[in-house]
Amino acid sequence: MNILVCIKQVPDMESRFKVDAKGTWYEESDLAWRMNEYDEYAVEQAVQLKEQESGSDLTVLSIGPARVKETLKKALAMGADRAVQVVDDAAAEKDPFQMASVIAAFAKDKGFDVIFTGMQSQDRGSGQIGVLVAEMLGIPALTTAVEFAYADGAINVRRELEGGLKAVVTAKTPALVSCQLGLNTPRYPTLPNIMKAKKKELLEVPVADLLSAESRLTTLSLAYPEKKGSAQILEGEVADLVDQVIGILKEKTAVL
Amino acid sequence: MKALLVGEYREGKLLESTYELIGFAQQANAEFELFLAGDKDQLPQVDSKVYLADAASVGEYNPTVHKQLILEAAEKAAADTIVFVHSSYGWDLAPRVALALEAAQVSEVVETTAEGYLLPACNAKLRRSVKATTGKTVITLQAGAFMAAEPAGTPQVEELSLDSASDIEFGGYEQAEAGGVDLGKAEIIVSAGRGVGKPENVEMIQALAKALGGEYGASRPVVDAGWAPHDRQVGTTGQVVSPKLYVACGISGAIQHLAGMKKSEFILAINTDKDAPINEVADVLVVADIKQFAPALTAKLEG
Ligand SMILES: Cc1cc2nc3c(=O)[nH]c(=O)nc-3n(C[C@H](O)[C@H](O)[C@H](O)COP(=O)(O)OP(=O)(O)OC[C@H]3O[C@@H](n4cnc5c(N)ncnc54)[C@H](O)[C@@H]3O)c2cc1C
Ligand SMILES: Nc1ncnc2c1ncn2[C@@H]1O[C@H](COP(=O)(O)O)[C@@H](O)[C@H]1O
Repeated sequence: MNILVCIKQVPDMESRFKVDAKGTWYEESDLAWRMNEYDEYAVEQAVQLKEQESGSDLTVLSIGPARVKETLKKALAMGADRAVQVVDDAAAEKDPFQMASVIAAFAKDKGFDVIFTGMQSQDRGSGQIGVLVAEMLGIPALTTAVEFAYADGAINVRRELEGGLKAVVTAKTPALVSCQLGLNTPRYPTLPNIMKAKKKELLEVPVADLLSAESRLTTLSLAYPEKKGSAQILEGEVADLVDQVIGILKEKTAVL
Repeated sequence: MKALLVGEYREGKLLESTYELIGFAQQANAEFELFLAGDKDQLPQVDSKVYLADAASVGEYNPTVHKQLILEAAEKAAADTIVFVHSSYGWDLAPRVALALEAAQVSEVVETTAEGYLLPACNAKLRRSVKATTGKTVITLQAGAFMAAEPAGTPQVEELSLDSASDIEFGGYEQAEAGGVDLGKAEIIVSAGRGVGKPENVEMIQALAKALGGEYGASRPVVDAGWAPHDRQVGTTGQVVSPKLYVACGISGAIQHLAGMKKSEFILAINTDKDAPINEVADVLVVADIKQFAPALTAKLEG
């Protein structure tokens, strides 16, 4: 089975973000980068599928600047066979339609049986790229998967709906699956596997080779939201904070 | 704006969120019509045209067929903007419709502006203002971001039908097991988030909940990691609660968590990150390490 996983590198969401000089994206210096959380589940599911179907081949792809290699290496250490960096220093300026076009152009003649994506990226969260890739390739997309099974050329997925409800859906391969949190338990790369990953293939493809689509969406600005609420902020020594909190709970709530 | 609003049905019922779509269109002063794959005995109360496909034949979840029907309705309505809720139905269908219409898609809109739309970025720490450069636009609205319209009026129905095969087969719904704790009844809830760090530390949160005389809850990553059972999860895919006191311990305040607890009477958050979006709904935000703060507060309450 021939498998592709699309992964994005995103900043740690606990970072203190600064708006960049153009005012349209966040400043990329001083950020800690990691694999998009949703994509960790995608990589894990792909590795499990590869283990289930002997003779499988698993490619991971990420579009972005040099730093995305670190994230690709993590996926290799989790068990992917090969990584592809679509080299693009301006990936953050592209819209989901362009990003999907690039992935579809890469995948089009490679005969992938299953493509995994995350259901959304943590920084941008458009939740579009997976479905767009599938539509561009003319294959079914099963989104928001919280359970996955493959047998005899068919994928069976539980889609997560709102309020604890799930939907059971099936499609024949080739197909694309977008992964929701909790789909599985992503493995931690072990030291021997990190060493092995260093020897695996990491290809670079210039984005210009794959991109022909024009952008459909322009970012006008990025800014801090106007604060809606105004939480009272308490800082200091833990013992003092505890006393203050007890005082506030006594005064403002009826629970103590 | 000439909008086509795509409402939602689930298990034979019209979803309330359909009125948020109508509320959005009214607020934008847009001309609008609706599309629904549903049931003619379950129509929204609204004075507008409704293109209705019978769910008994086209299914409640059948994106291949729904896409075709929506394209037909969009054409008939001469719509320039197709509007979905950013829900499991909307985010699945919207990109399919957008691609077919050669339209830009704008996801999770929280506000409209003179030029375009505002969207959250980076767990709502930032807001992005965007503009579509295409003739038609497909948008999804963040659940709860727009005030629902009051149900009023009688729709004019035009039935649409389509007999077509789908490449996705729907095998029915599965309901989460009933039983377990009903957090909806609790007056005090203390919830553990990923910030507690490790499974053993959930006990600290349980101890604090006990000392306060309440129940403990959890955010999704804590449940997904198996540190707490699913019946403790608060949020859109867990339980919706409104206790007298909600204590959020190491929870960032993602929109899907907020949707489950923001109606609480008093919200106390403990977080090492002063900028965590939980401070939008919290009454008090204590900037501290939960591993130190929770045991200290518990000891004081017990002592
Ligand atoms: C369709 C969908 C449905 C979802 N449904 C739900 C749902 O029902 N419920 C839900 O909760 N989520 C849900 N989520 C997930 C949601 O988007 C967030 O990922 C999740 O709520 C984050 O949980 P968290 O705040 O515990 O973790 P994080 O976002 O990782 O936040 C951890 C927080 O802990 C703080 N912290 C770290 N260390 C410490 C410390 N030592 N002391 C104090 N604070 C510390 C950090 O500053 C951070 O703010 C859903 C997502 C999707 C896409
Ligand atoms: N730069 C990227 N490189 C590779 N895959 C990506 C990239 N950006 C997004 N994706 C994939 O598309 C999914 C949805 O992203 P988004 O549409 O941005 O929410 C992610 O979970 C990834 O699987």
